[in-house]
Amino acid sequence: MFQIVRKQTMAKGTIVRNDVSAPKIAAKVRPGQFIILRVNETGERIPLTVADKDSFAGTITLIYQVVGKTTALLRSLNEGDTIKDISGPLGKAAEVENIGTVIMVGGGTGVAILHHVAKAFKEAGNYVISIIGAKDKEMLILEREMLAISDELIITTDDGSYGQMGFVTDPLKKYLEERYDVKLVYAVGPIIMMKFVSQLTKKHNVKTMVSLNPIMIDGTGMCGGCRVKVSGKTKFCCVDGPDFDAFEVDFDELLNRNSLYIKDEKESLLASIR
Amino acid sequence: MLDHDVKYLKFRSYLSTYCPHCHNSFNRELQGDKTLNFDAIYEGEPLELILSPYLDVFEVKTSTKLNDDAVLDDLLCPKCKKSLINKEVPCGECGSPVGEVIISAFSKLMPFYICLQHGCEWHGLTKADERKIKLKIPRQDMPEQDKTLRVHNHQEVPYGYTSELALLEAGRCLQCKTPKCVEGCPVNVDIPKFIALIAEEKFDEAAKKIKETNLLPAVCGRVCPQENQCESKCILGLRDKPVAIGRLERFVSDFERKMDLVKPPMITESIGQKIAVIGSGPGGLTTAADMLLKGYDVTVYEALHETGGVLTYGIPEFRLPKSIVQFEIEYLKNLGARFEMNHVIGNILTLDELLEHFDSVYVGVGAGLPKFMNIDGESLGNVYSSNEYLTRMNLMKAYKFPEYDTPMPTGNKVVVVGGGNVAMDCARTAIRTGSLEVTIIYRRSRHELPARGEEVHHAEEEGIKFKLLTTPTRYIGTDFNTVKGVECLQMKLGEPDESGRRRPVPIEGSNFTFECDLAVVAIGTGPNPIIFQSSPKLKRNKWGYVEVNAETNETTMENVYAGGDIVTGSATVIEAMGAGRIAANAMHKKLSAIREQKLKEKKKAAKKAESLN
Repeated sequence: MFQIVRKQTMAKGTIVRNDVSAPKIAAKVRPGQFIILRVNETGERIPLTVADKDSFAGTITLIYQVVGKTTALLRSLNEGDTIKDISGPLGKAAEVENIGTVIMVGGGTGVAILHHVAKAFKEAGNYVISIIGAKDKEMLILEREMLAISDELIITTDDGSYGQMGFVTDPLKKYLEERYDVKLVYAVGPIIMMKFVSQLTKKHNVKTMVSLNPIMIDGTGMCGGCRVKVSGKTKFCCVDGPDFDAFEVDFDELLNRNSLYIKDEKESLLASIR
Repeated sequence: MLDHDVKYLKFRSYLSTYCPHCHNSFNRELQGDKTLNFDAIYEGEPLELILSPYLDVFEVKTSTKLNDDAVLDDLLCPKCKKSLINKEVPCGECGSPVGEVIISAFSKLMPFYICLQHGCEWHGLTKADERKIKLKIPRQDMPEQDKTLRVHNHQEVPYGYTSELALLEAGRCLQCKTPKCVEGCPVNVDIPKFIALIAEEKFDEAAKKIKETNLLPAVCGRVCPQENQCESKCILGLRDKPVAIGRLERFVSDFERKMDLVKPPMITESIGQKIAVIGSGPGGLTTAADMLLKGYDVTVYEALHETGGVLTYGIPEFRLPKSIVQFEIEYLKNLGARFEMNHVIGNILTLDELLEHFDSVYVGVGAGLPKFMNIDGESLGNVYSSNEYLTRMNLMKAYKFPEYDTPMPTGNKVVVVGGGNVAMDCARTAIRTGSLEVTIIYRRSRHELPARGEEVHHAEEEGIKFKLLTTPTRYIGTDFNTVKGVECLQMKLGEPDESGRRRPVPIEGSNFTFECDLAVVAIGTGPNPIIFQSSPKLKRNKWGYVEVNAETNETTMENVYAGGDIVTGSATVIEAMGAGRIAANAMHKKLSAIREQKLKEKKKAAKKAESLN
């Protein structure tokens, strides 16, 4: 049993931040890694990325968007309530080195993962340029936290209600054209965003890593549900990833696979509300 | 039928199946409706008694009216026409001249006498007679759920033996002096001994006998491929069918559990050394149990949220009820095992870190990485690995969706690729979750199907179709990126390969398309990389599995042992258990030596201190 010690809702209640007491995981988890949780006995196993950790307090920070029944159930839990199972850390950690200038691109809830990784890049001594985007001002998360760990922070919103109007690719394009010292672009967010980022960086030939978030069940390499095609080979995101070289990933296939359960998810959510 | 007849027959419900004079068997084949026919002659008229050993329903077919007392005395053997009651036999207990023979009781399979004067009971038969009788008993089938009913539920298919059937089957064992069956068992269960105990009706003792060497009899009795192991060596198999060892094993362990006779043995004092077991599958559980019994402190680490490994996530409920697995694990907990769930070793703790806290580590993580064929369309929706399909169904209980949150993969026309037990499990799960048509696609012929005969038989009974000598070449998707068909190639058998099986060769131009809306790929598994990622010292063999010393199962890392699928690749439950046992023995030997060494040093130091004083 894992206790929720802090709960905070963001973005009109659609995004929730939970600090969960899990000392063993907090001691081990590295940026880019994720956990799998099951809220209760009849629950689903869902993967969530660890947005931050406090190994001193023994807590990990989970940030998730409410999309289906399980996340809705998770949101219904309050401080002091417990989550039945948390397994982790899972997946490989992001490769963080001191390489110079890096651009961190995050969209939507992806900013949660980005934060943990960007923090590590900053601590490793890199010059960190962060570009984070959201649909509108309300949906933007972790602005303050990102500001604290970035040398430059650009914010974009689709409707222009905050920061620059447009997508994260616009300022990224500008940076890539103006700066020649960018060694790495790390992107995490909606698959379509990662796809466009990688198309853009490929033109400028800048190494790009993406953190993928496919469908997953066990998270230990057992089910193969999280398979993605990377340089033509079938890879399992949970043991071979979640970070992959963006130029090798077959984004279209991933898009198709991730949309498989949207209908089921909605049904399940509706059934749970009824 | 008259009341008193019922009484009489019930009183003899272990009833007589062999004539004491001519050994004529009255047990005419077990009938389809689960009855035993029993012929005799009464007052010159043939008498047919039909009794069901399962339901206790009896019927007498005779034109003569049976009277109250005469029934027993006047029954004649239809073959030799002698009385079934041998009145010349003196009572073996008290010596009185009249003894009554109740021919061969099910239990003893030898004449069973009751002294009519004093009611003493005894039995006696020469060895040769006994053997003759034994050889006449046919192998007993297990009663099972009707095939038309069971495709609509997830309950276990066979009901298991009743005690009558078990006694009859146990009676078939010839009690060989040098039993071959024991050699055929990877953990060397003392098979003749436990069968003898069953024949003596000491079912709980029989269960304890098995548990001396096999911790999971209820599991093994159900899922072991006995026909390739113990039963393949049975001497009876040469002329008839072998003794149904697995079914008997299952019977006694079920008996013990249902009668609540399971008691964890007393454990000798803890010896202070600690063992970590990674993976709570059959191999890990065996190692854990063996080490617990030897007095070690055992902690089992499990990656998932449920214990049991493949027994829980892989084998479906209808083949191995999960309550049985949990019962066996509960037994281990009572022995003192600690279970740590949700611990993926390699991530949360590495082998090196474990070795800091534990004296020995056993790696029994299984080979859980599903294989794919790497053909077009494998990433389409509704194309699953067998692992994912079964994990969803068994571990996550998707078949109970929406009570459980995990969505259930369903399809009307299902294709399962592969011919092993896992493929059968997937196909049979699919038919139970409402699929209209389930087809197994296998690239060789029926003869080469790696699944157990029993599984193939059950699958066929349930209406699963087999498309043999066929291999998929690509999956075809709909506009919504879900599968709508599979393109296949016809195969023919060529020369035998290294495994001795004839290699399938594709026939050019024989492509055809097979419609389906759910496909499950069950073509085997490979080693999971997680544990190797954090332990580069752990050497892998050319197939990627852990390299071990075959005698001790110790890996290239000192004090780290491994066994089961992570060493051999996909194999059986009992083989994993055998590997766990080898490792446990080797660990015990090594750790005992260390303990003694330390004790010696301590004594030496104490002596030294004494002499100094």
